[in-house]
Amino acid sequence: MSNPNTERDWPLWEVFVRAKRGLSHQHVGSLHAPDAAMALRNARDIYTRRSEGVSIWVVPAAEVVASSPDEKDSFFDPAADKAYRHPTFYEIPDEVQHL
Amino acid sequence: MTPLATYALRLGDDALILAHRLGEWIANAPQLEEDVALGNIGLDLLGQGRLLLTYAGEVEGAGRSEDDLAFLRGERDFVNLQVVERPNEDFGVTIARQLAFSTYQLAMYARLEHSTDATIAGVAAKAVKEVDYHRDHATQWVLRLGDGTDESRRRMQHGLERIWPYVEEMFVTDDLESALAADGVAVEVAGLRPEWDTYVDAVLAEATLERPTPSWTAEGGRSGVHTETFGYLIAEMQHLHRSHPGASW
Repeated sequence: MSNPNTERDWPLWEVFVRAKRGLSHQHVGSLHAPDAAMALRNARDIYTRRSEGVSIWVVPAAEVVASSPDEKDSFFDPAADKAYRHPTFYEIPDEVQHL
Repeated sequence: MTPLATYALRLGDDALILAHRLGEWIANAPQLEEDVALGNIGLDLLGQGRLLLTYAGEVEGAGRSEDDLAFLRGERDFVNLQVVERPNEDFGVTIARQLAFSTYQLAMYARLEHSTDATIAGVAAKAVKEVDYHRDHATQWVLRLGDGTDESRRRMQHGLERIWPYVEEMFVTDDLESALAADGVAVEVAGLRPEWDTYVDAVLAEATLERPTPSWTAEGGRSGVHTETFGYLIAEMQHLHRSHPGASW
């Protein structure tokens, strides 16, 4: 393309939406936007247009620090064989939701 | 048509025709995200248009439905402002049109929320939140394009020049509107001008854009006089319904 101002200049943003009060924000996807204010508006249009949310966070995707697939074994495997770390030894009352 | 039916039809036609124009951006906007944003705004307007056309048909009492009014009227029977039918051209022109019309529509609906006509008041109360967002969307883009690169500023200024001849028509109050306003049903658009000026001037100043001084002004939309592109819009909007009479989803 001859026009330099194409989508390649628009950074990627990760979008987190909180469905209702009391819940935490959940990652719902990503989008392109020229800046944070427009990213929020685009997120509103793309991810909450059917009343999915009461709050939106947008985070520059470049700022997300991710674990490396190469470190998968040392990061995650040690947790797998220690049953005493899992909350499986007590009953969850019916009244407790979203746990 | 009764004055009330005509009034509802005017507001409804504005919303319907602008919704159609915004729909033309889908798959053509600069970004996928902008396709969705403009499509959303168009759908908000379509919702307003449906309610108002339905109401116009009820008040008229001749059995015409929203579809009859949207798809079976001729070009000269539409009473929308000419500004909403103006072609999209480029993104700058579209955003200039959005700024001009959404600022006008927001000022009007904010007053129509208190209309003595319950249906008009109800539509306005629902729409005012939608249009507040439409105005914000346009404002954000005018600021970014105006105060952006040399090219974006040039094109945003060009957009303003293209749309400004159609601004004056928005604020013309005729006898029908005055009579309904005296009953508390309608709002006299002439009185909305100061609020519109204040908002738009502030946005243009912050965007480092110049307010155009058009050498001519459009007129006649409310009496069915439209610009040369309107017939094509109507043809595209109506052809499916006219080709398959009575078809439904």
